[in-house]
Amino acid sequence: MSAIKRDKQALARRVAQDIHEGMTVNLGIGMPTLVANYIAPELEVLLHSENGILGMGAAPAPGQEDYDLINAGKQPVTLKAGGAFFHHADSFSMMRGGHLDICVLGAFQVSVHGDLANWHTGEADAIPAVGGAMDLAIGAKQTWVMMDLLTKKGQSKVVKACTYPLTGIACVKRIYTDLCTLECTPKGLKLIDMVEGLERKALSELLGLELH
Amino acid sequence: MINKIADSIAQALSGTKDGSTVLVGGFGTAGIPSELIEGLIETGARDLTVVNNNAGNGEHGMAALLKAGRVRKIICSFPRQADSYIFDGLYQSGKVELELVPQGNLAERIRAAGAGIGGFFTPTGYGTDLAKLPNGEPKETRLINGKHYVFELPIHADLALIKAEKGDRWGNLVYRKAARNFGPVMAMAAKKTVASVHEVVALGELDPESIVTPGIFVHQVVRIERVATVAGGIKS
Repeated sequence: MSAIKRDKQALARRVAQDIHEGMTVNLGIGMPTLVANYIAPELEVLLHSENGILGMGAAPAPGQEDYDLINAGKQPVTLKAGGAFFHHADSFSMMRGGHLDICVLGAFQVSVHGDLANWHTGEADAIPAVGGAMDLAIGAKQTWVMMDLLTKKGQSKVVKACTYPLTGIACVKRIYTDLCTLECTPKGLKLIDMVEGLERKALSELLGLELH
Repeated sequence: MINKIADSIAQALSGTKDGSTVLVGGFGTAGIPSELIEGLIETGARDLTVVNNNAGNGEHGMAALLKAGRVRKIICSFPRQADSYIFDGLYQSGKVELELVPQGNLAERIRAAGAGIGGFFTPTGYGTDLAKLPNGEPKETRLINGKHYVFELPIHADLALIKAEKGDRWGNLVYRKAARNFGPVMAMAAKKTVASVHEVVALGELDPESIVTPGIFVHQVVRIERVATVAGGIKS
């Protein structure tokens, strides 16, 4: 395969292309955090952090860290003018109540129907930890996943049915990956775009799934 | 005269009983009532059920409470962290029970207790392993207007330990930035709420339009020192 994969930064840039003026967005811990770097500065996009911040800004300058002002990943951040603080029950009401436009999350697996598995490997000796993953998955108007398409062993992480424990059912709308962008529809997977050098048929074979 | 200002942490926490359920505020570096957790260890109370977002890290605070063998059960959303080794060891050897709750359900179950709600239906967790009771039985579910919900019960507590920024002798509180996190909902849900503050102010000094936790939810206020950073936050 001669496809040129999107690296993490390119993938973050691709996700950011679909975030528009006036949207309220929650970026999950890990790779989704990078998306913030590619949202055009002239856009007024409100970033939500589930620990109780709306209007989150960039990382502070060295020495200016305030450990009362951190994001969900527990890293110091800043607040934009007009930003607000609130308690946890209000913060999760913003999610569960459908007030957020978009939530971007990482994933272990996503099914063609939009089922999401991203909180637990299910291994017997693993200590489970869920945080806000289940609330985020079902809360926003649209949940997007951002991940590499294949596992290190080359298996597709977009699957017919998830084998890892579920985070939410039929909650994912879009899947942004290093090779393609997919949409989960009632009819199945719809191809939005793919990287240069990749063909529809080859992608379908990699996925082991039909594309519509 | 109503005076909720305690002279010391020991005084504020006196009477803490074995077997208590204790809500502990804080998320990450923000809003952890470390001094009150140390005070709880000093009380000697055992067999505790502790409710917190995490299960402690490093050797201090919650981790020290766990290490001292005072905790029977922990209810939290995210126990696993890079340095949560004290919890990890206790959990893996079966010495502490874990009830894992999605973070928003945790906040809402605490809020429900404070608000006098007998339970609620939430979409979070539907169809997942966390929609099961500790005995493995599925939790009650209901289809409402075409959407699936899981029934969740409130979390009531005997004691809440929270960290605020300023308080007055009636127990009115304001918080600082993201350190607010669980404080306001936890304050409502316990029979006794103890808040640490960096500043005790006179009645009327807190703008009534901006008071976040009205004093009715707070029973004891204790002043603690702040080691401030350049940006004004507490040193982590």
